[in-house]
Amino acid sequence: MTLTPDSAGPAPVMLAAAPQNFSLRRVWAMVLRYIYLLRSSWPRMLELAYWPIVQMILWGFITQFFATNSSWVMQASGVLLGAMLLWDVLFRAQLGVSLSFMEEMWSRQLGYLFATPLRPIEHVFALLTLSFLRTLIGVIPASLLAIVFYKYSIFTLGLPLVVFFANLMVMGWAIGLFVSGVVLRFGLGAESMAWFLIFALAPFSGVYYPVSTLPAWLHPVAWALPSSYVFEGMRAVMFQGVFRADLLAAAAALNLLYIALGVGAFLLAFRIARQRGLLLEINE
Amino acid sequence: MQDTVVEVRGLTKRYGPVLAVDSIDFTVARGSTTALLGGNGAGKTTTLAMLLGLLLPTSGSITIFGEDMLRHRQRVLPRMNFSSPYVDLPGRLTVREILVVYGHLYGLADTRARIASLAADLFIAEFLDRQTRTLSAGQKTRIALAKALLNRPDLLLLDEPTASLDPDTGDWVRGYLRDYRRGTGATILLASHNMTEVERLCDRVMILRAGRIVEEGSPSGLIEKFGRATLEEVFLDISRDRTGVETSRIRLAQ
Repeated sequence: MTLTPDSAGPAPVMLAAAPQNFSLRRVWAMVLRYIYLLRSSWPRMLELAYWPIVQMILWGFITQFFATNSSWVMQASGVLLGAMLLWDVLFRAQLGVSLSFMEEMWSRQLGYLFATPLRPIEHVFALLTLSFLRTLIGVIPASLLAIVFYKYSIFTLGLPLVVFFANLMVMGWAIGLFVSGVVLRFGLGAESMAWFLIFALAPFSGVYYPVSTLPAWLHPVAWALPSSYVFEGMRAVMFQGVFRADLLAAAAALNLLYIALGVGAFLLAFRIARQRGLLLEINE
Repeated sequence: MQDTVVEVRGLTKRYGPVLAVDSIDFTVARGSTTALLGGNGAGKTTTLAMLLGLLLPTSGSITIFGEDMLRHRQRVLPRMNFSSPYVDLPGRLTVREILVVYGHLYGLADTRARIASLAADLFIAEFLDRQTRTLSAGQKTRIALAKALLNRPDLLLLDEPTASLDPDTGDWVRGYLRDYRRGTGATILLASHNMTEVERLCDRVMILRAGRIVEEGSPSGLIEKFGRATLEEVFLDISRDRTGVETSRIRLAQ
């Protein structure tokens, strides 16, 4: 039987070119796909420019400081290692909260979890507990290896170490809860905040150099961060052998404020999620 | 003894200009299996989510077991449970780990014994120690069902309980739910657009369209009322607007 065009059904879709082994058009299709994905998430766009800028600022201040204080590290051996290990406490504490929370979003678990008697504040306490454990698991091996490799023990800071650790931990919790709230509200497109927000604070926290290295107009920013007091306190112990209770009190007071704001932000995001149906419809 | 387990009055959910649920009223009797039936976007899942407290209504009241769900959900949730194909179980956890976690969340006295009992009932013992990501869709459905029955709920909410299951597994799930209800006197409220499932399992149906309950009754009663042979034909009559009810989604902005 011969089929006429009418009886053959709808006309076939016309192809621009015959199928090829390698098609630039298909490559372009995939590029387009990734551009659409990138364009749909403002945090991802921001992140592209963000890392080079933060690195540039941080290393700019480090260079500036050591250009005029080249013998500084000699005065207290291990000051950079100690700073790095304490900075990691802040970083791990923050990640411990936000990554644990995002695990629930990645596995689309929130609908089941909050259909149980679980209260949001109980979830917050669970996240903080896990953050503490994850930080210990992350930081203790590195601290012990620093003794083996570089003969530097952060434990020589003594009792102040506990205070520094606790303050950085609480600050990390506050940021982690804030990030979790943002991710709950705006979806997983904002997940990179878990990494980039904390690093934005590094140049202003005086991790590897004193706060006085920063330009005067940045001092209020630095002194609004509990981490700045901790790193100044650490250097006071290492260089002068004194424990500055005033720095500790300022860090603890700021931390009380920030943890309250962090918990508040998370609970507010949770309420908004319940209003908008986000607990059941979380996706990228 | 209270005969009404769920009482909903003037329940409304609005997302911006879209009215997802439009001032619905209904009750669910103890020991019944009731279906919320409707097409995609009819408001079934939204209604279930509001009953669970996962979604806050714009207005209206929800009373479950005599408690105001909007104010005292923590008192009610231990007696409820929920399953949905749209909520996953964590893939990297084993089945046992998942059930242990939920056992704690529901405050079970003897989680280990309960898991063993469910494992035997639902034939999941052989994969209790496997990660859920390695399981088939049918196996995952049984795990979700085990999670949903873990606290022996007096009220079980199910969102499309047999979605994406083959007919054999779907039939097995329906049979198990029927036995559970008979054995425990529990109340089941399910959302579905599977007419056969609703006809076989439920003693009452509420048909939703555009966020409103447009018909309700027993499956056989509705079939008789519309003079049709199956519930599916009744549903098509309603969804194709042969009853004069507005079909389009209500947009306040229009």
